[in-house]
Amino acid sequence: MPVANPTVGGGRSGALLIWIKRGGTLLLSVAVTFLGLLLITFVIGRVIPVDPVLAVVGDRASQSTYDKMFIEMGLDKPLWQQFWIYLQKIAAGDFGNSFLTKKPVIEDLARVFPATLELATVSILIGTLAGVPLGIMSAVKAGKFADQLVRVLGLVGYSAPIFWLGLLGLLVFYANLGWVAGPGRIDIGFEYSVTQTTGLLLIDSAMQGQWDAFRNVVAHLALPSMLLGYYSMAYISRMTRSFMLAELAQEYVITARVKGVPEWRIIWVHALRNAAVPLVTVIALSYANLLEGSVLTETVFAWPGLGMYLTNTLQNADMNAVLGGTLVIGSIFIGLNLLSDLLYTLLDPRVRRRA
Amino acid sequence: MSTAAMPTRQWLLTDQPASRRQARFGQAYRIWLALRANRLAMVGFWIIAGLVAVAILAPLIAPYDPVIGGDLRTVRLLPPSWSHPMGTDDQARDIFSRVCYGARLTLMVVALVAVIATPIGLLVGTTAGYFGGWVDTVLMRVTDIFLAFPRLILALAFVAALGPGIENAIIAIAITSWPPYARLARAETLTIRDADFINAIRLQGASAPRIIWGHVVPLCLSSVIVRVTLDMAGIILTAAGLGFLGLGAQPPQPEWGAMIASGRRFLIDFWWVATMPGIAIFVVSLGFNLLGDGLRDVLDPKARK
Repeated sequence: MPVANPTVGGGRSGALLIWIKRGGTLLLSVAVTFLGLLLITFVIGRVIPVDPVLAVVGDRASQSTYDKMFIEMGLDKPLWQQFWIYLQKIAAGDFGNSFLTKKPVIEDLARVFPATLELATVSILIGTLAGVPLGIMSAVKAGKFADQLVRVLGLVGYSAPIFWLGLLGLLVFYANLGWVAGPGRIDIGFEYSVTQTTGLLLIDSAMQGQWDAFRNVVAHLALPSMLLGYYSMAYISRMTRSFMLAELAQEYVITARVKGVPEWRIIWVHALRNAAVPLVTVIALSYANLLEGSVLTETVFAWPGLGMYLTNTLQNADMNAVLGGTLVIGSIFIGLNLLSDLLYTLLDPRVRRRA
Repeated sequence: MSTAAMPTRQWLLTDQPASRRQARFGQAYRIWLALRANRLAMVGFWIIAGLVAVAILAPLIAPYDPVIGGDLRTVRLLPPSWSHPMGTDDQARDIFSRVCYGARLTLMVVALVAVIATPIGLLVGTTAGYFGGWVDTVLMRVTDIFLAFPRLILALAFVAALGPGIENAIIAIAITSWPPYARLARAETLTIRDADFINAIRLQGASAPRIIWGHVVPLCLSSVIVRVTLDMAGIILTAAGLGFLGLGAQPPQPEWGAMIASGRRFLIDFWWVATMPGIAIFVVSLGFNLLGDGLRDVLDPKARK
């Protein structure tokens, strides 16, 4: 290799320095991205045709009240100062009040977030547990029937609108077959018997030993989580397939075969362990993508989470709430991207050494 | 193939083209031949061709008016039959006719988003790649910021600011779709930036815009086009999602996503109202996915897995 390996030459302190340098670069880029996110929400908040002052004082307020509010809201200051005030407010957790619920947006977001977290987490578990084995199977049987079947499953996932599949699912499995519970997170009968400590109903009801409520929660969760899980499965299986194909063509696989290592061990231990590194990134990214799918899915299933909050407030032109929700989802997205970067560095010694 | 067509074929496939035009046509013809060998890609191609045909011929194909319904007492919410192949909706409108006219809206969304987003992506990407240094850093940072957002959420926020409507939905989707093209164009530019022929043009005194537009962009174009084709299914789904949420096309426009939303209220008793437009969305985005996969295999053999 023409480039000298700095970790070898620099010893322990050199390695530490590289870690600090790389961590600093990463933090800086995250900070800039986050600032950009804030700038976008700020700009969107400025271009709306709704007069923010009128929204507060009402259209019957006198001119003096209007002017007072105009100055109080800082609208007379130059834009960069307004942006600075906006940054300070966000840093203090002040997202303004929701026009629709009359409560601080941050409280609303904290209330609806667990519902989305629960749905997305169960979905990514389903997507991973189904997608990884399917991807491995189609890599091993590349070109055969099983491979084609997985490909078709993936294509359907890439092509069908999620809200449409959700409606069809409700029609078939809820209305006609009665296998699952209908829209919502939990039946009204159980809603007040479960005390919400974590906000995750599966955990809350299980910890309180309310197994009837638990079963009800599962019945409600089944359809939307399988639907979202299906969409992440389509992506995860496709990526698993291509990573596994790349690994199975490597020379160490041939060596293992020559040595007489059983095929299942080659696939599940040798190749999968190497394919797992990029796979972790893929799973983290599809977890982030679930947030996007959740906006439409939650609307279909009347799931009281972040997605439904966002659409409800959108339809009522409740800009503070919309921008707050956008900011939260954007931040989670950035966070998950960062996490997948870090995991990649942590798991792959080759990336770790390359400074 | 008839004998009269043979000279044309030879003219196209010659390995010594006499003019630039002949070389270009020949290249396009070779791509078409390779694509024709891929059965799934051809299925996708014919679906898209069908979409275009239906969109152009909508007034001839559609048996009824897409906006003005029939008699509310007799033809409201009728199940699929010979006179109404996809049934009728709550306004006594023929769903098949609405789906036909909806093809126009879908095609318009896809075409306009591609026309707006592709040049932006190409411009940002090639400029960043060609100049490098701080120009690259700034432009790619901006790109990353847009990429750091889930696409639908960003489109939602933009539509919320601009107001609902199909034009604003198109603008919002275009604003959110250019970053991947910029990334791709930049990567392509980096590989050719220091090529000898670029240096030769530079020594002849060509200006940077001329080099970028005349020599770098054409070389990035094929991979960007593949990427845009692959994205079209996603564009259709995003537009339909915005329509479903009531933020895209407004009633009574026959947009497929909005039609699903209006059929949602009668889902359990009158399933066809929401199901039929969904099938249309599914088939069309499947077509774009199949065609995009095929094009990628033909134009970019490296990516073939």
